[in-house]
Parts: sequence; C-alpha cells; structure tokens
Amino acid sequence: MEDKTRKIREGDIRAVSRLIRNLEDRIPTTDEAIRHLFPFTGKAHIIGITGSPGAGKSTLTDELIYAFRQMGKTVGVMAVDPTSPFSGGAILGDRIRMQRHAEDPGVFVRSLATRGALGGLSKAVGEGIHVLDAMGKDIIIVETVGTGQQEVEIIDHAHTVIVVLVPGMGDEIQAIKAGILEIADIFVINKADREGAGKLFKEIRGSLDMAKNFPGGWRPPILMVESLFETHSFSQSVAELAQKTLDHHQLLIDKDLMGDRKRRKATAEMNEAIRAAVLEPVLDELVSSGRLDEMIQKLVDRASDPYTMAAEVAKQYLAPKKTEEP
Amino acid sequence: MAKRRLRVMVAKPGLDGHDRGARVLARAFRDAGYEVIYTGCHQTPEQIASAAIQEDVDLVGLSNLSGAHNYLYPEVCRLLKEKGAEDVTVIGGGIIPDKDFQKLYDAGIKALFVPGATLESITSWIDQNVSPRE
Amino acid sequence: MFTQELLDQSSSLRKKWEDEVKRIVEKRADQKAKWTTVSDHEIKRLYTPEDISHMDFEKDISYPGQFPFIRGNQATGFRGKYWTFRMFSGMGSAEETNKRWHYLLNSGQTGLSTAFDFPTLMGYDTDDPKARGECGKCGVAIDTIDDFLQLVEGIPLGEISTSMTINPPATALWAMYCAAADIKGVPLNKISGTIQNDMLKEFIAQKTLMCPPDPSVKLISDTVEFGTNHVPNWNTISISGYHIREAGSTAVQELAFTLRDGMEYVEDVLKRKGLPVDSFAGRLSFFFNSHIDFFEEIAKLRAARRIWARAMRDRYGAKDPRSWWMRFHTQTAGCSLTAQQPYNNVVRTATEALAAVLGGTQSLHTNSLDEVLCLPSEHAVQIALRTQQLIAEETGAANTIDPLAGSYFVEALTNEMEELAWDYIHKIDEMGGMVAAIERGFPQMEISDAAYKFQRQIDDGEKIMIGVNKYVTDDKIEIPLVEIDDSVETEQIARLQAVKRKRDGRKVSECLDDLKQACKKGDNVMPYCIEAVKNYVTVQEICDVYREVYGEYRDPGLY
Repeated sequence: MEDKTRKIREGDIRAVSRLIRNLEDRIPTTDEAIRHLFPFTGKAHIIGITGSPGAGKSTLTDELIYAFRQMGKTVGVMAVDPTSPFSGGAILGDRIRMQRHAEDPGVFVRSLATRGALGGLSKAVGEGIHVLDAMGKDIIIVETVGTGQQEVEIIDHAHTVIVVLVPGMGDEIQAIKAGILEIADIFVINKADREGAGKLFKEIRGSLDMAKNFPGGWRPPILMVESLFETHSFSQSVAELAQKTLDHHQLLIDKDLMGDRKRRKATAEMNEAIRAAVLEPVLDELVSSGRLDEMIQKLVDRASDPYTMAAEVAKQYLAPKKTEEP
Repeated sequence: MAKRRLRVMVAKPGLDGHDRGARVLARAFRDAGYEVIYTGCHQTPEQIASAAIQEDVDLVGLSNLSGAHNYLYPEVCRLLKEKGAEDVTVIGGGIIPDKDFQKLYDAGIKALFVPGATLESITSWIDQNVSPRE
Repeated sequence: MFTQELLDQSSSLRKKWEDEVKRIVEKRADQKAKWTTVSDHEIKRLYTPEDISHMDFEKDISYPGQFPFIRGNQATGFRGKYWTFRMFSGMGSAEETNKRWHYLLNSGQTGLSTAFDFPTLMGYDTDDPKARGECGKCGVAIDTIDDFLQLVEGIPLGEISTSMTINPPATALWAMYCAAADIKGVPLNKISGTIQNDMLKEFIAQKTLMCPPDPSVKLISDTVEFGTNHVPNWNTISISGYHIREAGSTAVQELAFTLRDGMEYVEDVLKRKGLPVDSFAGRLSFFFNSHIDFFEEIAKLRAARRIWARAMRDRYGAKDPRSWWMRFHTQTAGCSLTAQQPYNNVVRTATEALAAVLGGTQSLHTNSLDEVLCLPSEHAVQIALRTQQLIAEETGAANTIDPLAGSYFVEALTNEMEELAWDYIHKIDEMGGMVAAIERGFPQMEISDAAYKFQRQIDDGEKIMIGVNKYVTDDKIEIPLVEIDDSVETEQIARLQAVKRKRDGRKVSECLDDLKQACKKGDNVMPYCIEAVKNYVTVQEICDVYREVYGEYRDPGLY
C-alpha cells in the first residue's frame, strides 16, 4: 500500500487511473488507499463546472485547461457522463473535446459514468479528487451534467462552482427552478452571440440584485463567452474566466472562507461514507437475496407500501436503541 | 461490491475522417453495456496511447480507412507497451487486405474486423476475449 | 392532373383491387409486413392516379429546359451530349496518377477527376509528422506546383474539364491549377472544371477539417467571387451530398442537408460579397450519391432539381433561368459495395449508375468492384467505365428524356422526398441556418441515428446485403490488389525537400506575409495564393496561414 501511495504521489498515471477505476468499481481495498493518501491532499484548487447538456461545458473545460497550462499550472479533470438506463453502458464523450491535451504530462483527464441510481458516484468523484490532489495537480476540474439531485452534487466538492448557461435553451427558467443561483460562484453565458443572451444576462443580474448578502463580498460575476468558432475571442474570454476562478479562490483564502467549503465537502463525504458503510451492504444483501425484487413486486401489486417495508428492513438491520423515548 | 464494468476506447488514428464505423461502434458498445470513450477523428498514436492509459481501458478499438493502418496500428501497440500497458487489448477495423493481417497480429493487434463484420460479431469477440482487468 | 371522371373511375377500380388483395393475403401472407427503401421510407403496394391527382402539370412537371426543371436542364436531353464520363482517380505520386489519367482518356473517359491523398486533403505536406504512413495511399500527393505540373503533364488544360476533390486547401490547389494554366499559356477564361470546396458537408459528414465554419465559408465565397470575375467556366463549388450519404444518412437527409448547404453558400456570397445572385448562381454545382434503392434515387435526383429551381427563383429572386438549374455530378455508392463476393459489386454499380442516368445526371463516376478493398486496379476501373459506356450506348436508357416522368409511383415518391426535404430545410432555417445547425450538432446527430439504425437492421436481417447477411459463402475470391509502396513517401519527401532547397526563400516569406495580411483584412485570397504557389510555396504553408489567422477547428465528436 505504501508503494502504491508513493507511486500516486509521484504521478504514476497507471497507478492513478487504476485507483480511480477501483473507486468506481467500489473495490473494498480503496478505502485503505484513500486513508493513506488523505494526509497528502488539500492543496489543489477544485473547480466544478455544471450546466445542462449541450451547454458546451467540455469545450469550456478544454480551453480552461489551456489557460491554466499557460499559467504553468498542472490540471486534473474528471468528466462525468450519464449511464444508459437500458444497457448500463455509456458513451463518455467529454474527452473528445480535450484530446489535444492527451500528450501533455501536466494534464490528466478521466471520464466517469454515473452508473445508475444506487449512488456511489458522488463518493467516487469525491475520492477521485483526493487522488488527483495527492498526485500533485494544482487545479482539479470536475465537469458534470445538469445541476439536479440525481447527478453529482458538485457544490459539495468544489471550491469554485462555474454554472454554464446557454441562451435560448430554456436555461433561464431552469436556472431559477433548480436553485443554481445559490450554488454558482461564477456564471458563464456560453454561445453568447446567440439571440437571447442579453435577456439571460439581465435575468441573472436581476436575481443577483435581490440577494441580500454575498459571503466575503463575492458577487458572482457573469461572463459572456462567444461561440468557440470565433477562435480568438473564445480564447480570450476563457482566459478571463480562468483568472476569475483564481480570484475567487484567493478571496476564499483571504477572507478565511475556505473552512466553509471544506466543511461542506467533509459533510458530503461523511454522508457518503456512512451510506457506503451502512446502507450499501444492506441494499446489496436485499438485491442478492432477491428480497428487494419481492418488495418492489409487493409495491407494484399494492400489497404493501414503501414505508412499512422500509421500517421492516430497518428493524431487522439496525440494533434497537438502548433507551426508549419517554 | 459492484461488478467491474468493461471500459473500452474507440479511436480514430490518422488523417481520414470517415467516422461512420467508429460512431456506430461506439453506440453498439454502449448498448452492449460497456463504458465507451470515443476520441474523435484525426488522432495521433501518441494521443491514443496516453488517453487509453489515463482512462484505464481494457480494450482499444482502432478505426482507420485511409490505408495507413500498417504504420498507425503497430505504432499504437508499441506506445502502449512502452508505457507499460501491453495488457490493454488492441483490435482494429477498416479496409485491411488479408495479406496485412499477419503483420498486424505480429505487432500486437489481437483481432481485425473488415467491412461486412456485424456489430454482434465484434461485441461477442470482446465478450469472449476481454474481461475487465483485476 | 386528371379529370374527376378518371379519378372516380380509379377510385372504384382501386376498391375492387383492394378487396382482391385482401382475399389473397388472407390465404398467403406477404413475405414481410413492411416494404421500405434502403432509407427505411415505406413504399405502398401500388400507386395510382389518385396519388398524384393534386399535381399541377405546368408548375410541378412541365418540360425539359423549363421550370421547375424536374425533367432536366437541357431541352435536348442526352441526345446532344451524354453525361460526362468522369472517373475519380489518383494514387501514389503525381507521375503515377498522370499515367492513369492518360490511360483513362485513351479508354474514352471525357473528363478528369482528381483524388488527393489525406495529407493533401488536410493541408499537410508529406514531410509533416502527421502525414506519416499516409502519403499516396488514398490519392495523389501534391505538395508544391512542381508536383502539380507533373500531374497535368500532357493534359490539354484548355480542352478538358478537371474536377478536384479538395476542400479545406481548395484555394491552394485551385491556385496551382490556375498557375499551371498560366505557365502553359492557357488563359484563365479557357480552363474549366470543378473544385469540391464544400466545407459545410465536411463538418456534417466527412470531417476533413481545418478552420471553423465561418472563415471556411469566407474562403469559399472568395473562390466564387474570383471565379465569377476571372475563371467563368469553373464550378467553384460542388455542393456535396455524396459524403453525407456515405456517412449513413437517408436519401431525404442527403437531399435536404445538401440543398440547405447550397442555400447557405448563396446567402453568404450575397451578404459578404454583395454579388447579384444571377452573376454567380450558374456556377454552383452539386454532387450526389446514387445508392442501391433504384426508384428512391431517381426520385431524389428529380426532386433535387425541382427544389433548387424553386429556391433560386422564389427564395433568392434569381431571374436568369441558368441560375435555376441544378447541375450535378453523381457517384455510385461506395457504402453499398461489399468486400464479400466482390464481383457482385459490378451489378450494384450498374444498377446505381442506371438510376443516376434516369435521374438525369450530368456527370458520373462509377465505382470499381475492388474499391471496398483497395485503390482500383486498371482492369477494375475499365469495367466501371465500360458500365457507363454500356448504359449510354447499348441499353437505350438515353434515348428519351426523363422516361419515368408521369409514373404514378415515381412522381409520388418525388413529391414525398421534396416535402420531407423542405421540412428539414425549414427546421434548419428556424435554427438560424446551417452553420448554426451544425454548431448544435443537428445534421450530425440525424445522420448518426440513421447510420446506427441501418447497421442494426443489417445485423437483424431486416435489411439485406447479399454476401454479408444473406447468401453468405466461405469462398475466398482472390482479387488482385493495388498497393502503394512505402517508397512513394520517401521519394515524395525527397522531392519536396529538393524544391524547398532550390526556391527563393525570401520570395516565399513575402508571399506568405502578403497572404496573411489579406486574410486579416478580409481580402480575396485567390490572387495571393496564385502568386504564392508560383513561388513554390507549399500546400501546408498556405494552410498554416489559415490555421494561424482563422484558428483551427477540432472534431467535436458527436456520436
């Protein structure tokens, strides 16, 4: 294990990619590996990028990598794409847009699939961040689809959250519905040469105007990024975005706000760890014994309800509390 | 503990952009339950080899239709080996004359699929010959 | 189209026929429930006058040489001149390709068509690391005008028309053609030919990529403008559906995306160059695929002419009838050929060629039986060329104009294809045009879906490819394969380096600087390209300027 830890800290690509694979596949020895790596983490600046499908996140990530590399920073990326509910397979297409960095030893890109509803991805991403951190990446970018609850709760893991919106895709309404105004540290209006960009800008600005206070005085900036086909202006806008993320990170440090973000990540990780330690063994057993299927069938047949059955499971697995409520 | 999932990469080395086969295959692999990383067109062997390692894939499927397979396919195998990843299975497809087969096998390509190969024949070869590395 | 009396008659007879069909089918079911084209378009058991009763003879069919040109542009049909027998050809070195060209001309070919190798197509010289292993493999390698002059050695540039399948570096290669004519003393208004020069279909389908869409379209408009003013007999663009179809589209998608691409180019020249539509529209040409589904292809080609005529007249206000003409080249479908039982490919190609002729093509390439395995051998090319000659001179297919007009089925199918194509065109209009649609990945995804569906249908035996999923044999049929030796690459690199040594380096930098300034200012690049190639500037050196000024486009890899 020491040897593996050393390899990862030295940036051995095979060791790193293998460990992330083990995290995704939930191989039991990974807990031990993360324990060993944990003391060497906490240095990287973690950036989350989120937005609806087709918002151009991967292309932005690609250009962000370029911008950070220009500043001499090393970059790790974890890009998450959805698993097909029909086959369990997935096409992980984000990497395509980042392939120009494939040969750069200062860049590591890893694609992950959401793999169904049983959870675990959030844990793999959270721990994957530790792995990339331990391997010495200065910047870690996590790219996820959507901002919804089923996907990774990006906010839990990132120091700086970038929310990408596109005019004319119904993002305006979605933004407000999903409550992403609260999680964004930076807004990007991508493909801003499209019709409706001005309207979107005003809507976000209007919502921000209504917010009473901004932690540390950071009012989330709204950046307009033009079509990537306008190669030069696209590069310039993204370079500006890269600088803004660094400014935000600096502010968190200066105003002593990193603790809040860290607490958030720690809370999420505790939740995940407990879920993995407590809930998943139970679910695994219910699945393998076929009891979950039985319960589902009962529910379909309206022979019972979910609460009663869950209570039965809880009664079986959880030790009774020592003291009864009066 | 969850079951290991097969991770495969569909890669297009060389300058040709005929990606119909690669894209159809990427979908077929997804529908066969694999996690598929697709590189897009115009990749150098170096880009493919490093991406395969970063992604920890079990298999790389190469697709080229420009006639440059005799240089490009062995080069991908050589680079994987150089990077200590010779355990990644490499297969290839395209317009490949019979007489090139042996050379490519010798270079480390494990299977070749030519026009007319069904999707099923490719996925079943993979199911029989490749399993997620432990 | 018909009197009410005839329609009533048809209706009552049809009911009788339907009863009869029902009775028979109950006893013996049809072989399959659904009968579809290769594009999965459903076809009825029978077509009747009722299917085309709404047509207006004058507006929808009319006469050859008259609007809407569904029956052809030429009043005389093929009697004045057959379509051009034009075989796409290029292999190895310029010298080798030149030899093949002379062979084809001696065999009765009437136009030339150039296949370049991948480094040339992508704007790289043979000595670039990205070109390793590719030189001469899929076509001829051209780095400088030195190669180009070798390519056209002994070819009468003032007499024969030459087509060049070249896209991102089209300005550079066309400049070489113009410069070569100049060197040989042939004036620019005497040369004729076509450059493919259609970048939109590259983003959509073929992925020969260099710069982003907007500057790519700008370069194309430069060639249209330069051609209009200086090279009047040149088709400066060949708006291509061929590659869209090969990428797996349906016939309707091929039709719709190609024509919408054409409209995008027209709109760009109007907007960017301010040329009147009638000054350039007559030089726009098209390029279609002829796939294996006989009637669908004929209907597609007929519909294409009618849609274009309507669009040019009504959408763009063109007044000159020549602007309403859709002139096109056709190639039989490479993707319909099989590596298994390759001699069957001769039959496929013949069927597809006949469809192209009945659809009224002006120019035709017929694939060789071995093209699914390698570059065509001389013998295979000869059979392919003879296939066209045989259709022209033995079968009688060229005797009369548009012989399938008035067929209930063909007219109904032509109408359906036109309607479905307009649906797509309007959808793309709503997205803000083709460049915007490409940015959204719309045509790419439509094609991907169709390609995957087709492959699934082949796998499931729902669609048939003989020798692949039906009537399969284990027999190995030996086909002599043409191979390009790796020594071509070594020799070409040596040749290029020799040119680089002997050229005037200062002149080269001057030319490149001038070109860069022109790009930055938005001037027409063509005069600068011609000057550059005359001074032995390479294809890649010109393209590197474009890449630097306009940026590089990378495959967004939609799937």
